[in-house]
Amino acid sequence: MLEIDWFLAVSAVMFTIGIIGVLIRRNAIVIFMCVELMLNAVNLSLVSFASYHGNIDGQILVFFALAVAAAEAVVGLAIIIAIYRNNLSVDVSKINLLRW
Amino acid sequence: MDYLGDIQAFLPGVITALAGLIVIVIESLKKDSSATFWVTVLSLVAALFFSIQSLGTGLDTAFSGMLVHGGAVAFGNVIIVVATLFCVFISEDYLKGINHYYGETYALILFATTGMMCLAGSNDLITLFIGLETMSICLYVMAGLIKDEKSGAEAALKYFLLGAFSTGFLLYGMALIYGATGTTNISAIGAAASTDLLFLAGAALLLVGFLFKVSAVPFHMWTPDVYQGTPTTLTAYFATASKAATFVALIMVLSRALPVMEGLNWQMVFSVIAILTMVFGNIIALVQDNLKRMLAYSSIAHAGYALVGLAAGTPEGYSAVLFYMFAYTIMNIGAFGVIAYYERNKGMDFSEVQNLAGLGFKKPVMGIALSIFLFSLAGIPPLVGFAGKYYVFAAAINAEMVTLAVIGVLASAASVYYYLRVMVYLYFREEHKPVELFNPTLLYKGTIIILAILTLYYGIEPILPASGLMELLNSYGNLGAVTNVLIP
Repeated sequence: MLEIDWFLAVSAVMFTIGIIGVLIRRNAIVIFMCVELMLNAVNLSLVSFASYHGNIDGQILVFFALAVAAAEAVVGLAIIIAIYRNNLSVDVSKINLLRW
Repeated sequence: MDYLGDIQAFLPGVITALAGLIVIVIESLKKDSSATFWVTVLSLVAALFFSIQSLGTGLDTAFSGMLVHGGAVAFGNVIIVVATLFCVFISEDYLKGINHYYGETYALILFATTGMMCLAGSNDLITLFIGLETMSICLYVMAGLIKDEKSGAEAALKYFLLGAFSTGFLLYGMALIYGATGTTNISAIGAAASTDLLFLAGAALLLVGFLFKVSAVPFHMWTPDVYQGTPTTLTAYFATASKAATFVALIMVLSRALPVMEGLNWQMVFSVIAILTMVFGNIIALVQDNLKRMLAYSSIAHAGYALVGLAAGTPEGYSAVLFYMFAYTIMNIGAFGVIAYYERNKGMDFSEVQNLAGLGFKKPVMGIALSIFLFSLAGIPPLVGFAGKYYVFAAAINAEMVTLAVIGVLASAASVYYYLRVMVYLYFREEHKPVELFNPTLLYKGTIIILAILTLYYGIEPILPASGLMELLNSYGNLGAVTNVLIP
């Protein structure tokens, strides 16, 4: 049986990779994938905490987080398609109509 | 288990959710029928009725402690439903005018409203998360309503990516708080709160997620872009209803889950963020020429004033924030409504302030209404914006945060410049070229007039009809009692 620390460490590393990806990548779809990575890193934390505390509150939150992530994917990909139709590109550095 | 009692406790939310489903069915059977509008209005009126009815009741839990209702939450629901109702009234005409009228928009608005009520009444991290996301996902879609224009799609993409990013932080914060306390119930979290690193990191991440949603500096970057790209009447909905819901949830979390402990001062954190938000929002708004962008920065500044009340951290401060959100809701929907009216006139881009020159006299009702709303936003007595600001700053001074209140008043004084600038263009400049303004529909005009009257009425008599502000304070007294039991 592994200690809970290992799971939390993996989760924190994954979350950090997700943040860095959102900040440095320029492709809207890759940014969205990094956001999904962040959410799934959190899910890992929640499940390990739930097993550590011995109650299921955390696991229930994971189910809702998964459902929300799926709904977000639907809306997000639709928005990215709308952007592609307008700009013929999903590069966020070229999407700069609105500023200041 | 008392299921009927639970449903009755969350009746406004249940009504709007069902109405949203009905709207989708009607829309799939018959496109663009006027029935969707009337179903939406009727359900919102019913929801408003039940929210007002529960104003007098004390704070209580429902659904095995997942939701709270009554008291301050009921007042939050009233603000949310009032904001939604007025936005629906002005959206009907506006969206038809810009040829982007879809019946589904009403379904999205109703689902978002349900999410907001769930968010405002959440007593558990799970309901908090579901409410926040139900609201946000509907708002992402509405931001991209004009999807064939570049600015609309861009606003939706920015809102979506940054919103999902902040959701990640919020959820990680929830996970860490759960890890530190072993529970997701907000009252139980308050009882088990400690100053160990896990809990503090969780609380900080949770607050980052919240501050993003209320567009506090330094998490405000999305606000101007999204507000500019979204159809104007829906911008009014974003700026008022979703902000009010998030502030109510923030009050509930702060007052119950994050007690003041030794070596930890949330008041200090909120004071700094409030100062940054007020100063930054007002200064950038000074140089904006686009009216929608100017109102976006002003909405950032207004979030700052509300954060002053949170920083005070007393029941008085919390009630002041609630009243402030009410005041902000009516005056801001009015201001966006009039701007949406000017914007729809062809011939010039009337969202640029220079192009408003000389229009004030053409349609006197609209001109006067816009002046009332802008004076109120600037905080000039005897309008409701002044009363709201007064309560918030008074709460800060009573909590011995004089510096914070002084900075707030100074920032508010600076804001008068950019609000009055609009009126200078409306009334004291010659028009560039003769333009004909069309006549607004009776519903549109009536809504704007009612909002102007409310702005005036609650400024002169800042006491709420069904429950006076003092009773509201007392309902916070009940909340305080709950907190005191949990935190000795």
